[in-house]
Amino acid sequence: MEGIRRESAAVRDARTISPAAADGGATDGGAAAVAGTTLVVAGVPLVADLSGALWWPARRTLVVADLHLEKGSACAVRGALLPPFDTAETLERLAWVIGFYDPTRVIALGDSFHDGEGADRLATENRAHLGALQSGRDWVWIAGNHDPEPARAVGGRFVDTLVDGPLLFRHEPSAASPATGSLAAAVGEIAGHLHPCARIVQRGRSLTRRCFATDGRRLVMPAFGAYTGGLSVRHRAFARVFGGDAFTTHLIGDSRLYTVPAVRCIA
Amino acid sequence: MSAPVDPPPPALPAPFDRWFAARGWTPRPHQLALLAAARAGRSALLIAPTGAGKTLAGFLPTLVEVGERRSGDPQRSPRTLSPSPPVGEGGERPEGASRVRGDTATLRLDPSPGPSLRSGPPSPTRGEGSGSVRGGGLHTLYVSPLKALAVDIARNLEQPVAEMGLPVRIETRTGDTPPSRRQRQRRDPPDILLTTPEQLALLLASADAPYLFGDLRRVVLDELHALVTSKRGDLLSLGLARLFALAPGLTTVGLSATVAEPHDLARVLVPQRPGETHAAEIVQVGGGAAPIVEMLDTAERLPWAGHSALHALAEIYAMIGRHRTTLVFVNTRSQAEMLFQALWRINDDGHAIALHHGSLDVAQRRKVEAAMGEGRLRAVVCTSSLDLGIDWGDVDLVINVGAPKGASRLTQRIGRANHRLDEPSRAVLVPANRFEVLECRAAIEAVAENAQDTPPLRTGALDVLAQHVLGRACAGPFAADDLFCEVRSAAPYAALSRESFDAVVDFVATGGYALKAYERFAKIRRGRDGHWRISHPQVAQRYRLNVGTIVEEPMIKIRLVPSRGAAARGPSGALLRGGRVLGEVEEYFVETLVPGDTFVFAGEVLRYETLVENEAYVSRATAADPKVPAYMGGKFPLSTYLAARVRDLIATPAAWPRLTGQVHEWLDLQRLRSRVPKAGDLLVETFPRADKHYLVCYPFEGRLAHQTLGMLLTRRLERARLRPLGFVANEYALAVWGLGDLSLAVTQGRLSLADLFAEDMLGDDLEAWLAESALMKRTFRQCAVIAGLIERRSGGAEKSRRQVTISTDLVYDVLRKHQPDHLLLRAARAEAATGLLDIRRLGLLLSRVRGRIVHEPLPRVSPLAVPVMLEIGREPVHGEASEALLAEAEADLVREAMG
Repeated sequence: MEGIRRESAAVRDARTISPAAADGGATDGGAAAVAGTTLVVAGVPLVADLSGALWWPARRTLVVADLHLEKGSACAVRGALLPPFDTAETLERLAWVIGFYDPTRVIALGDSFHDGEGADRLATENRAHLGALQSGRDWVWIAGNHDPEPARAVGGRFVDTLVDGPLLFRHEPSAASPATGSLAAAVGEIAGHLHPCARIVQRGRSLTRRCFATDGRRLVMPAFGAYTGGLSVRHRAFARVFGGDAFTTHLIGDSRLYTVPAVRCIA
Repeated sequence: MSAPVDPPPPALPAPFDRWFAARGWTPRPHQLALLAAARAGRSALLIAPTGAGKTLAGFLPTLVEVGERRSGDPQRSPRTLSPSPPVGEGGERPEGASRVRGDTATLRLDPSPGPSLRSGPPSPTRGEGSGSVRGGGLHTLYVSPLKALAVDIARNLEQPVAEMGLPVRIETRTGDTPPSRRQRQRRDPPDILLTTPEQLALLLASADAPYLFGDLRRVVLDELHALVTSKRGDLLSLGLARLFALAPGLTTVGLSATVAEPHDLARVLVPQRPGETHAAEIVQVGGGAAPIVEMLDTAERLPWAGHSALHALAEIYAMIGRHRTTLVFVNTRSQAEMLFQALWRINDDGHAIALHHGSLDVAQRRKVEAAMGEGRLRAVVCTSSLDLGIDWGDVDLVINVGAPKGASRLTQRIGRANHRLDEPSRAVLVPANRFEVLECRAAIEAVAENAQDTPPLRTGALDVLAQHVLGRACAGPFAADDLFCEVRSAAPYAALSRESFDAVVDFVATGGYALKAYERFAKIRRGRDGHWRISHPQVAQRYRLNVGTIVEEPMIKIRLVPSRGAAARGPSGALLRGGRVLGEVEEYFVETLVPGDTFVFAGEVLRYETLVENEAYVSRATAADPKVPAYMGGKFPLSTYLAARVRDLIATPAAWPRLTGQVHEWLDLQRLRSRVPKAGDLLVETFPRADKHYLVCYPFEGRLAHQTLGMLLTRRLERARLRPLGFVANEYALAVWGLGDLSLAVTQGRLSLADLFAEDMLGDDLEAWLAESALMKRTFRQCAVIAGLIERRSGGAEKSRRQVTISTDLVYDVLRKHQPDHLLLRAARAEAATGLLDIRRLGLLLSRVRGRIVHEPLPRVSPLAVPVMLEIGREPVHGEASEALLAEAEADLVREAMG
């Protein structure tokens, strides 16, 4: 137990660099890391946070994608007894980022639970933790393909999509028009579902990181859950979304994000 | 140590006597010794060099026993008692009979003599349903590490059995055996079954096990020295413990090449009891003629670094030309590819030279093996894929290119040539660089002394035990107390604590988590009678799909496609028409390729095009300087024993004349410019070069241990604010560099080398590094698959290994944070100690050099340091530079944008 507490403290320390980033300023010494990266999507300034969450300062809204809560127990149902700590871990990360930004609204972009029964399997303490995080906030569960129906016995409201000003929040990104490659309808779309990750090869070493993927008109967010894998941004699913490879990835490093064009990434 | 081999020979039954006599042979003493041991109900370990008639010795007791029992059985069906076919009378040898080598009698169960053997007379089979003395189960079980070896032995065993007219039924059971035959084998088992450790585990996990093995009289374990060094050995020894429980009258026969600790190996063959040590009787056959081993003293300039040995290409080619058949051994698949290419470039005489390594397509390998058996090849360039078992008649020269790595390994490779006891094998060692000259000399002297450096007996792995416990439950209910005793009777698990055992059972049942979340999903449950049972028949089905301890590196198929220019490309950009599969390479190698990169594979220069699902598409290319696969496959570390000999050699100038002139000169220069370390000392040199500062040390503990040391030293230098930038390791040395002046830091007392190399680096620093280490994650994945946490197959379809890799990394992170003492993390740490991270050896190194570090601050690089310095740029640079590389990738973009 001692080890766990120590480790969380360490994580907290590392992330306290974030405020500077959020304010767009630098801490003492000038060389301080910039932990978040400001993106502009459909004219709206947003902060891509090191945790994989998205912060919309103007609306005090925090967005997270693909939590996949209770994925571990979903595997256990099918006979693979994976460590049952993923929900606690995901909630802990979520608690940290919520504690940091103190949002008035949290949007979970779908696949929040790994399956329809996921919410029912929540352990008592995790259920309580989730309740505490929701308390005093507008909590929006967007429907995903893993959790199309509203979950039982968890707070928050359940919607298919959410429109707020120029931004549209939904689980699965819509495809570019196959005929024209036109994205007109999807401008301002913030989505998850694809679990984007970027792989680069540098000096003979291959590095893969979760990433935000955007072309300035729309954004695909990285998966937030502890047990969520990734899909390379060079997969054709991304070409369908962005109508080609003219988009940018923001790779999540240890202490900051790195901006690399998608064409530079490897399948 | 050896048992006397001279008791009055037990009389052989008449058919055997006649059979030997007809060939003018007499049984060898060790063959009779094994027969005597079997008759006295004792297990035995036969240690003999290849060519000593080991296999017949192993089977003779069985053949005699089954033959006697059958003929003494009045109910025998007359058909199976039919007299021997008319062979061997009048000294005639039927076509395809086993050959006699030398003048002593050895039955050669030689797999290679060609088709005539295979088309020999069919062996008489026991009539189905005919009365039998025994209960109907197996009489003898033979286990070999190689499927192909089991098949060959069966084929060759049938020959003498047919000739003697013995009523013995012999069958194999491998992964290739059709289901119908497996079914039948369970209903109606043969007398002798030849199989592999995995198949044995499967048979033991079935409810038929008591019937199948209840009357088992003997187990023959072939190539035991090779089996026991891995987790497969753990699995096999657990299976053996189970067999002893099912058939208490069982005896075992182990067949082994020469090993360092025969007594340890002999323990594997018999059940252990708490507080006591039991071992099988050891029958040791002296080596035949001493091998003639030489080192090539090249007329060319000897390279400082590198492993290709291309400087000696013409000399190697000339040796091939002077011999009938040459085996050219190299250490890695990439070396094999490179040397094979190079030999063909100068092959003006058109010699038939082939390539053989573990990544090549199986069909391709079988072709090479067949051509070799038929004597159609002049030379084969090969890796350890040809180290084991199957032997090839007429090899008259072994060339070992590069470092020999270990004395026993070299002895076994040399044994591939001239497989006759009474004639010396001939081998030539070709060192590829200067350090390898030292290693070759040390190895030649070790071989001459017949010194052995096989690894010590393993401590049984907990992940393998988890697999076994589940298998045991699949066979039927068990009581934990009984199984604990049984498991401890297996030599590798003799010291297992009850606590660890219970943790394993808990892991199998519900995952072993502190958080008891999975009681509902338990795989095994304890009933009211206190016995554990599987909770659902599906559990057994899944167990059967995932049995085994070989977790291969994730592999990617290499498929040849037309070059990009010629290929039709669809709108998605990747519509290349697939051609044939050339083989497989490790996924991590493909991951380092960028489209357009070239590399050598399957003897061709290829251009990487793209990755499609689990296949890498490549096209033919004609690059002048191809990037060569840096396969992990076949990189054995230098043995501890040989390393010590190399250190001694360097420390003893009087011995230098035994080295080649160029190397002698090099060491003289080192003595002049820096110093030559004493045998027990660790020399640490520091010097500036260009705008960086270097630290080079020479532990000679192998690349794996050096890499781990490099990681840890870098962390410490970082903390000392000496700004390290990276490091590179080879088998002999480690070089670390950075921006801080290391010589100055030491002389000013700001950096203590004793502290830098202190053993406490194996504490917190190691723990911190393990958290991120990709090697550790790879190790964890293997343990998770073996223990059954992650399934490699479910419902027949093999899960994409790509998916498995991703999820185990995430699982590792989460588990490490929430339950750092979990069984699988313990198993992974134990594995890391000897596996990819070689922490055990690093620990030995650090304690060995405590108080014996000799610092030499130098104005410039020393002669001894040159080889490792040359590796910089060839080898991937290590260090915690991931973030730096990401920043670099980002900066590339900025540069592009700014023009």
